[in-house]
Amino acid sequence: MEPVRLIEGRIAPLDRANVDTDQIMPKQFLKRIERSGFGPYVFWDWRRAGGFILDRAEYRGAAVLVAGPNFGCGSSREHAAWGLQDAGYRAVVAPSFADIFRSNCVKIGLLPVELPEETVRRLLQLALDDPATVASIDLEAQTVSAGEVAARFEIDSFTKECLLSGWDEIALTLRQESEIAAFEARRPEFLPRVTTASA
Amino acid sequence: MGRTLAGKLWDGHVVRRVEGEPDLLYVDLHLVHEVTSPQAFESLRLADRRVRRPDLTIATMDHDVPTRGGAAAADPVARAQMEALEANCGREGIRLYGMGHRRQGIVHVIGPELGLTQPGLTIVCGDSHTSTHGAFGALAFGIGTSEVEHVLATQTIRAKRPRDMAVTVEGTLPPGVTAKDVALGIIARIGVAGGQGHAIEYRGSAIRGLSMEGRMTVCNMSIESGARAGMIAPDERTFAFVEGRPFAPKQTGWERALEAWRGLGSDPDAVFDREVRIEAASLEPYVTWGTNPGQAVPIGGRVPEPADETDQRALAYMALRPGMPIEEIAIDRVFIGSCTNARLEDLRIAAEVVRGRKVSQRVRAMVVPGSARVKAEAEAEGLDSIFRAAGFEWRDAGCSMCLGMNPDVLQPGERCASTSNRNFEGRQGSGGRTHLVSPPMAAAAALAGHLVDVRRL
Repeated sequence: MEPVRLIEGRIAPLDRANVDTDQIMPKQFLKRIERSGFGPYVFWDWRRAGGFILDRAEYRGAAVLVAGPNFGCGSSREHAAWGLQDAGYRAVVAPSFADIFRSNCVKIGLLPVELPEETVRRLLQLALDDPATVASIDLEAQTVSAGEVAARFEIDSFTKECLLSGWDEIALTLRQESEIAAFEARRPEFLPRVTTASA
Repeated sequence: MGRTLAGKLWDGHVVRRVEGEPDLLYVDLHLVHEVTSPQAFESLRLADRRVRRPDLTIATMDHDVPTRGGAAAADPVARAQMEALEANCGREGIRLYGMGHRRQGIVHVIGPELGLTQPGLTIVCGDSHTSTHGAFGALAFGIGTSEVEHVLATQTIRAKRPRDMAVTVEGTLPPGVTAKDVALGIIARIGVAGGQGHAIEYRGSAIRGLSMEGRMTVCNMSIESGARAGMIAPDERTFAFVEGRPFAPKQTGWERALEAWRGLGSDPDAVFDREVRIEAASLEPYVTWGTNPGQAVPIGGRVPEPADETDQRALAYMALRPGMPIEEIAIDRVFIGSCTNARLEDLRIAAEVVRGRKVSQRVRAMVVPGSARVKAEAEAEGLDSIFRAAGFEWRDAGCSMCLGMNPDVLQPGERCASTSNRNFEGRQGSGGRTHLVSPPMAAAAALAGHLVDVRRL
């Protein structure tokens, strides 16, 4: 994962609540076995319907997607996060995120930023009023600034450190090998194992 | 202070706890399918890592698989995905219940069927409906592909403990009200983000009164309220369901397991961060009218006035007028299937409604059993004949039209009464319109050609 520190770019305003991962990345694109190249399929049906706000010239190339509450609800498909990142977004700002989607984002270095609904509304309005507005997100300082908006966001220290350093989380966990092995040695024998049965 | 069931399950699996970090949790069972795993296996290979515990991992093919015509009917991209799973499982020594296997099926149907899903376990899968397994008193939740890779490599997962939420349903369910209606009623009450950040424990006499199949339906839909997990404390009914299944503990192991499982429940003085109480008598057969599972009304109701822009968008997409009686909504398709409602009990209830009647001329209806085993058992008791005689298509097992990754999809503008779990825009096919209902309500809609109260049929 590439380290995440400072994100600067224009805002893509998506003023919708409960944007589910089926909308972000429809099922027909989940058959691919690659991790990259999902960008062109993001919001496929909404874009194909025509007049989709994020397709306007002034919002193309935006780095910060700003959306309504419960963003990324529904399916666990990480393809949704891959697609947004591949489409050029480096952060998603919303009043709240679905749990699995948020987790998928931080694993790949797409920064989920939770801000109060009122602040999110102001960011949406900024992008509508002046699409050239640049938002600046400083992960180290945990701040978002754009136009007159200046806000601080919360993120747990471990996730923050992982993002700032671009750490390979699996490598980190593998350092705990002795603790994992010790836990395994304590597990009761009656727990299911696939090699012991014939089904 | 007493502990909740979720708290006990969580604490019992902490490998490492460090202040300021998510806990490192041990995973007892990892379920794998073809769609969310190929990139995980690929990254694992590129990093020169192996699967730590293939013996705690099983795989199946469900999302992509055609429900008729076998593997040959799959499109080349889907087939490549299935072949990738086969190769990955072969290389890592993971048991695979692939296409054509007598145990193949939807991952959340076969886990319990095989007796792999047991009380007290931590279970993860790259699928949001993993919450299903919580019906056995397990801590089960969906994860993304990066986390799948983490579990493959380490058999652990890093996670922050969710807050505790109790949803208590007391009393007796009225006739015609099923577990699906309990789930839809709860989501309508708390909203599609109402469970966010929480693990829900379902409690109360109405929940206790549900069969294991019904409990799985309720826990399955936890994610539709935004909850990471849903669970029900195990009881004698749970133990009876598990006993004797292929991977259930045997002999002295069974005795020890029972002893451990009997302690799995929230302490009487356990405190939940949030509590919701619902009277069973207030529940009815529900139908969703919109494009998220929280937008539901009783079958006798009307399409509501839009409360906000989200509702307006939903009504426009669904092509419905506010004030229209729900029972006047004509449908084109019926889908009885999915990890929510495709177990033997679901098919039995639907068949009871269908027996001796005919599917409406205007409806194309299909039944997709949750697993090859469910299909075989249903056929052994003649359910397939009942459905076929009525005009239903009887298919092979898979996720099918719940998410439309295989050839089973709605055409643009088609309207479907579906026993699945999501009515999102385009979920069952681009431009398709989904109304979520219970299996008997889906069966009744197939016969009537429109949404209808199964209790009046």
